[in-house]
Amino acid sequence: MVQPLTYFKESASQTAGPYVHIGCTPNFSGITGVYAEDLGSGSLVNDNTRGERITIRGFVYDGVGTPLKDALVEIWQADADGFYNSPSETRGKADPNFFGWARQPGDMATGEFAFETIKPGKVPFRDGRLMAPHVNFWIVARGINLGLNTRMYFSDEEEANAVDPILSRIEHRVRVPTLIGRREGNTVTFNIYLQGDNETIFFDI
Amino acid sequence: MKNTPPETTPFFARDRAWHPPAFTPGYKTSVLRSPQRALISLEGTKSEITGPVFGHNILGEFDNDLIVNYAKPGEMALGERILVYGRVLDERGVGIAGALVEFWQANAGGRYRHKKETYLAPLDPNFGGFGRTITDENGGYVFKTIKPGPYPWPNGVNDWRPAHIHFSVFGHGFAQRLITQMYFEGDPMIWICPIVKTIPDENAIKGLIAALDMQNTVPHDMRAYKFDIILRGRRSTFFESRKEGN
Repeated sequence: MVQPLTYFKESASQTAGPYVHIGCTPNFSGITGVYAEDLGSGSLVNDNTRGERITIRGFVYDGVGTPLKDALVEIWQADADGFYNSPSETRGKADPNFFGWARQPGDMATGEFAFETIKPGKVPFRDGRLMAPHVNFWIVARGINLGLNTRMYFSDEEEANAVDPILSRIEHRVRVPTLIGRREGNTVTFNIYLQGDNETIFFDI
Repeated sequence: MKNTPPETTPFFARDRAWHPPAFTPGYKTSVLRSPQRALISLEGTKSEITGPVFGHNILGEFDNDLIVNYAKPGEMALGERILVYGRVLDERGVGIAGALVEFWQANAGGRYRHKKETYLAPLDPNFGGFGRTITDENGGYVFKTIKPGPYPWPNGVNDWRPAHIHFSVFGHGFAQRLITQMYFEGDPMIWICPIVKTIPDENAIKGLIAALDMQNTVPHDMRAYKFDIILRGRRSTFFESRKEGN
């Protein structure tokens, strides 16, 4: 006999289901009067936020190319200087005018999601090397049994992307572009493919 | 909030054999929505171990009372009155303070207030079906609601969901983000549900079944169900082994 290791198991995930919007974005789903506004639904940017204004837009596609119209997408990102607005950020204090987290439902008619935010700064990897600017994504929907984690990097950061510790460890180079948001002006397009030849890289984080 | 320094270590690896796999053909919608390639493992960086903090200022007075938060003044939602309480813990058993917990559910007849919902059971004009709260310093939470009804859903020709409440939970790191569902002790519908059956391990399913707790009823008012939610644990910081400048 040995001493028991007394750990609990994480609660098993279950799908967010078709009505995740009732719980997470009720005003969007037409149920008003309970919450003043949907949490995380507004712009991440105010007049005092530091950084370059961008809009991230995209769709989540299923295995036959149909855009999901019932997905919920959350993002989490650093501020313009590479600091997260979180107690676990111990390197410095993040921009008080940048919360860093937001969530958006896909449009009920088209499925498109959009975030008004800023381009994040670089955040160090565990060994101190700088990671290229990136936005963390979490995607849930009916039919997704466990939320999917991915990252969006930026097409206008070729040099930083080339030395990014995460991107550079990906063996199948042909898949790397699935993590790159395509920047045109201030719009960055990032489509997420759940299956198929262009299946997005998802991470076990 | 406890006056302790924030934790900055990575989380325990997620046991993906415990969670439902992505591809579960018994739950048909998963077939075209399940990634087929291997996930790429990514040990927690600052991007994963950090997460937002939600202040109590986001909460309204009745956000954790689904019986009245959508009801007309002086009226209440119909159904079996219940109190759901528990703690948000991590895998070490540490209570997670300040965790945002959101919940949504069908009404007593099994009907959701949603424009895409087609079940013939009626809406309850006094029931919206959602609420939220933030855990106290020990990770505790509580809300009042009515027991949701089971309902048929388009999967097999005769598939029914057991009574359940959806939960969305934020811990302290974005990598702890979790959505799950709570089921009710003694419900025979649990074991024939295709969505429940996406979970391969019977013990993992049992971990989602709330216990009827007659010690915590509100006399002459409502019964209580206890539902603890476990999020990923955080590794200890005995020693750091890392190569500098690599």
